[in-house]
Amino acid sequence: MKIYDAGSYDIIVIGAGHAGCEAALAAARIGCKTLLVTLSMESIAMMDCNPSVGGPAKAQLVREIDALGGEMAKLIDKTNLQIRLINTGKGPAVQALRGQIDKHEYHQEMLKVLLQEENLDVMMAEVEEIKVNNQKVTGIITKTGARYNCKKVIMTSGTYLKGRIVIGNLAFEGGPANQFPAIKLSDNLRQLGFKLGRFKTGTPPRIDRKSVDFSKMLEQPGDEEDYRFSFISSSNNRPQLSCWLTHSNPQTHQLVMDNLDRAPMYSGIIKGKGPSYCPAFEDKVVRFSHKDAHQLFIEPEGRTTDEMYIQGLNTSLPEDVQIKVLHSIVGLENARIIRTGYAIEYDYLFPSQLQVTLETKLIEGLYTAGQVNGTSGYEEAAAQGLIAGINAALNIQEKEPLVLKRSEAYIGVLIDDLLTGEIDEPYRLLTSRAEYRLILRQDNADLRLTEIGRKVGLVDDFRWTTFQAKKEILEKEISHLQNSTYTPGDKVISDFLANRKLTPLKDRISLWELLRRPEILINDFVELGLVQPNNHAILEQLQIQSKYEGYIKKQQEQVKRFEKMENRLLPDDIDYADVYSLSSEALQKLKQIRPVSIGQASRIFGVDPADINVLLIYLEKEKRK
Amino acid sequence: MYYDDIVAISTPPGEGGIAIIRLSGSDVISKVDSIFRPYKLNVDIKEKPSFTLTLGWIIDESSDIIDEVLVSIMRGPNSYTGEDVIEINCHGGTLPAKRCLEEVLKTGARIAEPGEFTKRAFLNGRLDVSQAEAVIEIIRSKTNKGLKLAVKQLTGKNSELINRLEDQLIELNAMVEASLDFPDDVGDLDISAASEIISKAIEQIDKLLVAAKRAEIYRDGIKVVICGKPNVGKSSLLNVLLRKDRAIVTNIPGTTRDVIEDYINIRGIPVKLMDTAGIRLTDDFVEKIGVERSREVIEEADLVVFVLDVETGITEEDLAIFQDIENSNVIILVNKEDLEEKRISDLDLQGDLAKFHIIRGSIKDEVGLDELETTMENMILSGEVESDEMELMINLRQKNSLLQAKKHLEDTLGSIDILPLDCISIDVWGALEALGEITGKNLKEDVLERIFSNFCIGK
Repeated sequence: MKIYDAGSYDIIVIGAGHAGCEAALAAARIGCKTLLVTLSMESIAMMDCNPSVGGPAKAQLVREIDALGGEMAKLIDKTNLQIRLINTGKGPAVQALRGQIDKHEYHQEMLKVLLQEENLDVMMAEVEEIKVNNQKVTGIITKTGARYNCKKVIMTSGTYLKGRIVIGNLAFEGGPANQFPAIKLSDNLRQLGFKLGRFKTGTPPRIDRKSVDFSKMLEQPGDEEDYRFSFISSSNNRPQLSCWLTHSNPQTHQLVMDNLDRAPMYSGIIKGKGPSYCPAFEDKVVRFSHKDAHQLFIEPEGRTTDEMYIQGLNTSLPEDVQIKVLHSIVGLENARIIRTGYAIEYDYLFPSQLQVTLETKLIEGLYTAGQVNGTSGYEEAAAQGLIAGINAALNIQEKEPLVLKRSEAYIGVLIDDLLTGEIDEPYRLLTSRAEYRLILRQDNADLRLTEIGRKVGLVDDFRWTTFQAKKEILEKEISHLQNSTYTPGDKVISDFLANRKLTPLKDRISLWELLRRPEILINDFVELGLVQPNNHAILEQLQIQSKYEGYIKKQQEQVKRFEKMENRLLPDDIDYADVYSLSSEALQKLKQIRPVSIGQASRIFGVDPADINVLLIYLEKEKRK
Repeated sequence: MYYDDIVAISTPPGEGGIAIIRLSGSDVISKVDSIFRPYKLNVDIKEKPSFTLTLGWIIDESSDIIDEVLVSIMRGPNSYTGEDVIEINCHGGTLPAKRCLEEVLKTGARIAEPGEFTKRAFLNGRLDVSQAEAVIEIIRSKTNKGLKLAVKQLTGKNSELINRLEDQLIELNAMVEASLDFPDDVGDLDISAASEIISKAIEQIDKLLVAAKRAEIYRDGIKVVICGKPNVGKSSLLNVLLRKDRAIVTNIPGTTRDVIEDYINIRGIPVKLMDTAGIRLTDDFVEKIGVERSREVIEEADLVVFVLDVETGITEEDLAIFQDIENSNVIILVNKEDLEEKRISDLDLQGDLAKFHIIRGSIKDEVGLDELETTMENMILSGEVESDEMELMINLRQKNSLLQAKKHLEDTLGSIDILPLDCISIDVWGALEALGEITGKNLKEDVLERIFSNFCIGK
């Protein structure tokens, strides 16, 4: 193959999934000339698995991406089929929006955004090699012989690296949804010295809407409320489509058990480790044999398609078994498969090879983001893509990188976990992974991160002025509530409490304090005319900040202590072999991971408190030299 | 200043003349101030200059005196650690120092990690660079020693108890977290099931604490004081219990002029038995000192045996003594029941005396002594411990962690049906973290694993 010189870019992004799109847009918007390379124009920003985003921890991520100036939330608001607020009774930290998405529309809208972006070119090609000189990225070479020079490469290749599709005894090389896999790039990474592992994930069969008997299922409509993911979207007045709930039954489970010898997860055809939070249906049947029913949600994949997704039925059983299983389920007796369910195995990079900026430690200028880093989920991918794109661009502009702490954002939790944790299955973000989740809420992501996004250069003037206006009103309203005090003699409040049969006031009290009572809501104040009927977001903030003030303050205290150790930085050039008295396990891990701070070092498995003391003393000794 | 406030007993454990509790940190002076009452009313340790001593008492939240102490103040940066340092000189023996330490912990200081004072001294520039490696050695050796001990202690029945507790807390966290992170698969928290686990966990912690207390009693022994008016038979009782002639037994009032102590073993528990000088109103100078000393001893005692005399009946003197011991754990032994003429009737023993266990017997004829020993044993061990051998030696740090875990669980129980689950989860995690400080494990991953093994997740 003759290699020809095809031009040069600042940044080249390989792969146009959710990580790649956010990375490319961020890089271009910050001002870098960017090329986005995809294996197929038709699969850009495709949701190849479930047609839904959000839920606990993930909704927070989407909001964070939005506050920093990313694209995902705005597109969800444009293309959703329904949006619901879940976990409503469990407190503000875990309340989360979840949206069902029209996956074709999402793809088209993202494509439009990409094509309209000034500094960004999109191209269909297979990248076969990342060119490296002196451990530094210089460009890429495509299958057709084009060589592009560049300063940075962001690899967001998803599950395509040596992708292998498995259905029953059938196994073939392939990417998701019958796309081509990326074979040579994987070998290229190994040659460059990266350690790769292999994961597995799966997807359920898609069925024809016309063949489903919805009358036998429980309807799950979207919420009436006008929910939006983005802080700057205007009203989401899209008609809401329903999802449907049915269940598997003992007959279904018997069918699975009878055909277990043909299940690749059990026959040994699949070796990669799958996610335990998203097990294959056959795995659920085997591991939870005492359960005689599993929930199955039938979800639309779009307004212009009849394909329905079966949430809860991801499987790599042979196609004939898949059909039998479907037909055993209430409402699906006559279901017709449009796409067969499959498992996919793929290569990923051990994420301990990354720096906090998502640049690899091994090759300067090479960043990786998304599933290739061992994560799962569109939201996790998009968040990493955004950070990789930002940091690649900032580095070109010789600016400080963007590193978010665990106490600032779920994005910080995600990246820190990837770097320090033992990632032995596809990583999914959970609210339980965040130490300070009462602070990291979806409702305050803009308050946490918009200023950072502005500084980075991704928050445009519209978002910025919207944010500032909101912040100003919020501060004004908080001080209004805190300064409006009432005595037991004041009629408005005492009548209100009496009417509601609530305990009367004893002393002078501010509205802010009164709002802490569990049975009083901010809307009561609006009705009493004590608060100007403002927009929903402001009222929500007032209510959460007053009601949970005690808990929030407690967490803020914890955060202060936490950040002390995060701010004690470990120098880049530290030679751990030189540090006196580290335990051998700690030495090995520290050499490999090279944490940025004492705090991060303390989270590495195998580094114990005594090792941390050793490091503290080492730092002090060096300081005094 | 980087660091929070730490505290430790810095003198070696065991009986010594004094024990020193050392604190270091940015807020130690006001912390100690909150539990310290100076001898002189106009003294304020917050105002006192560095390197001064102040006499006073450590008091608890109801202003009761814990111990008479000397507080020395060394302000940073010219102190051992470079931070504000306070040393509290308590009376010797483990108990006073421990009680003072418990009060200090209530102010929010935490127990120092092994070698932490030295570490801070180094990090704050109070030790030379050449000493860095020595500092590390100190931390390492103390940590290793501590770990070895901890591991050794957590064997057999104890480790079973700890493991069960750990299991319950992981289960509880998994229930809560699964409900928060996987609402579609798991649904709402089953509050009654969660409450049941919490109650059981608290029960386990109580068992551990009682076992620890019992072990402490077996290890350190307890102090029992025999008191009563002169010639009531205190020394005879001591002798019978000692089975040897130690105190002089006569019938001349006031023969025993000082406190006589000895160690005996009651049903396996080491008991420091103390006979007080016959407390009575006297002008005799020597005896006066003895009387005062007796009162002090009574205050320190874990248990008081108050001997009454059938022959004399309940006298003014008895009532005066009773006032001194009223707030102690008391067993009343009505002596000389062998005599024909009894001047103490059951009616006399009603009223204030009735709240105590009363034994009627005769020391001379050794009647009622078995009952006395049994009662003592029951009162010492509170009858709460199963009779099988469950010996648990835990140190104060571990005890503190258990108490913290318990507090978190009680807070959870108190708010479980009022507050939203995300707030409740803070205490649920807190309990698990407190336990993790004992076992040295980070249990977060275990919780996630438990979620996936208990609940069929995978919408």
